[in-house]
Amino acid sequence: MLNITLPGLSLKNPVMPASGCFGFGKEFSSLYDLNKLGAIMIKAATPEARFGNETPRVAETPGGMLNAIGLQNPGLLGVIQGELPRLESFDVPIIANVAGSSIEDYMKVAEQISQVPNVAALELNISCPNVKTGGIAFGTDPKMAADLTAAVKRVSSVPVYVKLSPNVTSISEIAIAAEQAGADGLTMINTLLGMRLDLKTGRPVLANKTGGLSGPAIKPVAIRMIHEVSRAVTIPIIGMGGIQSAEDVLEFLYAGASAVAVGTANFVNPFICSEIIDALPEMLSRYGFRHVRECIGRSHEDAPEPDYHRA
Amino acid sequence: MTGKEDMLIVSHREIAANIFELVLQGELTLQMTKPGQFVHVKVSETFVPLLRRPISIARISREDKTFTIIYRKSGEGTALLSKKKPGEKADVIGPLGNGFPIDSSLKGKKVLLTGGGIGVPPLYELSRQLKAIGAVPVHVLGFENIESSFYKEEFARLGDTYFSTTDGSLGVKGFVTDAISYHEIEFDRLYACGPTPMLKALETRYTEREVYLSLEERMGCGIGACFACVCHIPNDPAGYKKVCSDGPVFRAGEVVLSC
Repeated sequence: MLNITLPGLSLKNPVMPASGCFGFGKEFSSLYDLNKLGAIMIKAATPEARFGNETPRVAETPGGMLNAIGLQNPGLLGVIQGELPRLESFDVPIIANVAGSSIEDYMKVAEQISQVPNVAALELNISCPNVKTGGIAFGTDPKMAADLTAAVKRVSSVPVYVKLSPNVTSISEIAIAAEQAGADGLTMINTLLGMRLDLKTGRPVLANKTGGLSGPAIKPVAIRMIHEVSRAVTIPIIGMGGIQSAEDVLEFLYAGASAVAVGTANFVNPFICSEIIDALPEMLSRYGFRHVRECIGRSHEDAPEPDYHRA
Repeated sequence: MTGKEDMLIVSHREIAANIFELVLQGELTLQMTKPGQFVHVKVSETFVPLLRRPISIARISREDKTFTIIYRKSGEGTALLSKKKPGEKADVIGPLGNGFPIDSSLKGKKVLLTGGGIGVPPLYELSRQLKAIGAVPVHVLGFENIESSFYKEEFARLGDTYFSTTDGSLGVKGFVTDAISYHEIEFDRLYACGPTPMLKALETRYTEREVYLSLEERMGCGIGACFACVCHIPNDPAGYKKVCSDGPVFRAGEVVLSC
C-alpha cells in the first residue's frame, strides 16, 4: 500500500531523508537498516571539496532551526569514490544533490555523478541560501533556472528533479520554468532565509550571519507552496519542510506531493524516517485509504472525496 | 552501539549554583563504556526547543543500569531540563562520540586530569576508570568561585585534587595553569576538558607531552550527519573533523582550537 513510482524512482514507500540532513548515510546505517527507506537524498556534491562556512553554523528558533553549513562536502570525486560505494549494498535508489557556482559546475557534477550505477536521479540544488555564488541565484530567476535545468538535462543520464526555493515572490513561475526546460520532477521546499541575533552582543548568532530556516515552523509554508505548484505543473513533486510524523506525510500528499523527504527531524530523532514508515500503514487505514496513491492531491477541489468507511 | 530510550529519572538535584546532577536509569547504560562520551537529551516534548542538548557522561554504573550527567542551567533548554523530576522520563540518545583513550600501559603512571567549569564532569568517570586500571590520577579543577564548584570530595577520594577559582574563593586564584604551576605538578599524560582558551593554554604549554583535549561545539544532530560542529585541522583548508563523531576528544594538535 506504500509503493510509488516516479521518473527514475521505484519507491518501496514515499519517505526519504532530505539532502543535507542525512550526510551520505554512513551515520544512520549504524542505527537502522537503510533498506527500509523509499530513497536517500544524499548531501550536495560540488566539483571541488568545500569546507563550508565557519561555526557557529546552527541556531535554534521556535519550532525550527537556522543552518548555514555552506555545502560542506568532499567534492565530486570524493562523493563518487568515497561515499557512494558504501551505499551500493542497500536496495535503495539514491538521489544525488548537484550544486555549483556556475552552469559549467553543475554540468560537470551532473554528468559524472549521474553515471554512477546506484544513482537513480539527480536533485538540482538551485536553492541553497548559504553559499555566496550559485545556489539560490539560479533558483530565484525563472530564466536562469530554466537555462540551468536545460543544460543539466542535456548531460544527465538519469531523471532530474529541481529543488525549489521558497525565497521568491512566485514559486509557480520558477516551477513552470523548470518544467518547460525539461525537469522530470520538483522537490520543494528548501529552507527560508532567516537570521537570529545574540541579545548580549547584538551580533548575528551564525558566523554566516544569515541561514536557512527549517523544521516544523516552515511546514505551513511548504504545504501552501506545494498546493499551489501542483496546480501549475504536471511533473511530480517530492515535498519537504518540517515533516515530523506520518500525519505530516499525509498532509503533504494531500497538498499534491507524490512522495516526501524528512529533513531537520533526522537531527532531533535519527530514527524518525524508520518510525514514520512503520506508522504509515495504520495511519492510512485510519483515514480510509488502501494505497498511498489515493492521498495525492486530495486538497484540490476536483479531487474525489475520501471514503472513510472503506478501511 | 548508539540507541534511543525513554529513561527513568532516578534523582535530580542542584549540587552547586546553577549546576545540576541528573541520574538516569535504563538499558542504554549498558552501551556506555568509554569515559568522555556524551548523550543527547530531548529536554522538551514539544517543538520548542527543537534540538537536543549534548551533555557529557559523568559516571556510569552498570550494576544498577544508571548513569549521571552534570549540567549547568544556562539557557532555555537546560532551564526546562532542570524542572524534570524523579520518576519522570527523559528521551536520551547515546552513547555518542569517542571518549578519552585509556589502556593498561597507564598502570602506575601519574595522569593529570584538568577540568574547567562544566568541563569537569566527564573527568570523574575518567578518573574512576583510570584508578580501576591502576593509574594514579591527579586532578586540577577550575571554577568561577566556590559557589559554582562541585564534586570536590568525590574527586579527592580518587586522588590528589587541587583547585583554582577566578576570585580565589577556593584553591589558587587564577586559572588551572596557575594551580598546576603553584603545586608543581608533574605527570605522564594529560587529559583536559573545559573552555577553549583553557585547552589552548594547556596545548601550548605541554607540546612535548601526551595531551588529550575534549572539545565543546554547538551541535545539531550529535551523530555526525549535520556538519554543524566541524573544526579545522592543521595545514589542510578543506580538511575537517566533526566534534560530535570524530571527537569530542582529540589528541593535542589534531584540530585547530579556534573552533
